[in-house]
Amino acid sequence: MTASEVLAEAAPATLIEATGVSFSYGRQPVLEDVDLRVRAGEFVALVGPNGSGKSTLLRVLLGSLAPTSGSVRLFGEPPSRFADRARVGYVPQRPVLDSEVPATVEEIVTAGRLARRGWWRPLHREDHVQVGHALASVGLAELAKRPLNELSGGQQQRAFIARAFAGEPDLLVLDEPIAGVDAESQRRFRDSITHLIEEHGAGVLLVSHELSAVAQDLDRVVVLKRRIVFDGPAAQLAASGVSLGVHPEDLPLWLEELR
Amino acid sequence: MPWPIDTLPYPFELQFMQRALVASVVVGVFAPMIGTFVVQKRMSLIGDGIGHLAFAGVGAGLVFGVSKIWAALAVAIAGALGVEWLRSRRTASGDLALALFFYSGIAAGVVLVSLAGGLDSSLLVVLFGQPLTVNDQEIAIVVGLGAAIVAAMLVLRRGLFAVATDEDWSRVAGLPVGLLNTVLAVIVATSVVAAMRIVGLLLVAAMMVLPVASGQLFARSFRGTLWWSVVIGVASVVAGLAASRIWGLAPSGTIVLFSAAIFSVVAVAKRTTVPKLQAEGAGL
Repeated sequence: MTASEVLAEAAPATLIEATGVSFSYGRQPVLEDVDLRVRAGEFVALVGPNGSGKSTLLRVLLGSLAPTSGSVRLFGEPPSRFADRARVGYVPQRPVLDSEVPATVEEIVTAGRLARRGWWRPLHREDHVQVGHALASVGLAELAKRPLNELSGGQQQRAFIARAFAGEPDLLVLDEPIAGVDAESQRRFRDSITHLIEEHGAGVLLVSHELSAVAQDLDRVVVLKRRIVFDGPAAQLAASGVSLGVHPEDLPLWLEELR
Repeated sequence: MPWPIDTLPYPFELQFMQRALVASVVVGVFAPMIGTFVVQKRMSLIGDGIGHLAFAGVGAGLVFGVSKIWAALAVAIAGALGVEWLRSRRTASGDLALALFFYSGIAAGVVLVSLAGGLDSSLLVVLFGQPLTVNDQEIAIVVGLGAAIVAAMLVLRRGLFAVATDEDWSRVAGLPVGLLNTVLAVIVATSVVAAMRIVGLLLVAAMMVLPVASGQLFARSFRGTLWWSVVIGVASVVAGLAASRIWGLAPSGTIVLFSAAIFSVVAVAKRTTVPKLQAEGAGL
């Protein structure tokens, strides 16, 4: 085995990787030459001012949009050919549920097992056990039988995080999961994310403007303004006067100045 | 099946009522079942739109001399696939796509029926339903299509639930969103045609939506809503058929009116009892 092979084996696996990615809506460039990588066990925050291309980048990374140029690899494969989707947990921004037909927290979270089990197959005891673990990890076990639309915004968001956890993901992608949620939900959110990383070695890519709850746990912060303008440890941002944990308002103000 | 079944009491003691009861109960089961997913997707009127498309199929059947029900099924499925194709590509919104097919379907139906010699009593049955005159062959078709619909729903329910509640998440999770939406559209089209002879194309959407409207008031879960909707759907057809026999009313309309009445009673009861319970819970 060569030295480079030994090093490659020792390094945590790359879960998601964008190389030179550009994307345009018509003639309007949204992303330019973006490089981004998340490895197993890494907790990476993606931030940027409104309209900086964060949501578009997520859609490109997850394969919902094809890049205009550059390449994306999910677990080493192009997203369009990546079949083992259960390895990716996704918490979308403000998921919309029809409040007309009630759905319980447990029903929503159980849907998270479909990618792992197969959507047409009956669920097994193991599936229900995993759903129970996922609910417990976000502190919603006692509310499992409650209709989702009777819960607070923060509790609903935790249910969607539990749905992602239920699939036992190796990579968790979250789009603004704690925007406007209460302090208790933010604390639960932090605990469940760090548990997923430390116990299961998963990688996490978090898009959020509110990083104060997880500031101490982040490995890297990536700042996007159509292109990557910063990619490094959160501590380095402090040199720019941006304190993620002590002064939570610093980051949004700094991002606004970037516009 | 031997007709009549001796043990059934008035108003179901006669052969024609027992035929109507069997066919209608099957509709009372599958229409609300599929309706639960349709309502969840905020496409409550799709049954109405597909019904109008099926009318074009009936007209085509008359013009070309083929079975009305199979022609209606073919056109309804083709139309449902078209609606889904437009919706999925966001070429038109769900409502706009429905309206486009809705009006085209009814217009084509009118033209084709006129080419075939105009309206007759058999077309009134297609439009408004008439369960009291179903024959064994028609019952077999309703039961066969109904069994296929229920079987498909039981197998697909988890995937359909995931897609109906959160399409973006389902896509990232690797669920075949396009396939499931297409299958749902085909099941809706099949349901419309299967129920056509019983409640009529103009009322079939009501049997998909009204029991669900009541069911969601009873239930606190999606699964509970689905089964309550089926119970209310069956109760509506049994009560509606009985009332139509007792008071000489049009059965399809009576069935739907019972379904609407159940919703009204449940909604009023819930509106008066829930605040009272909440007040008691708050110690007021």
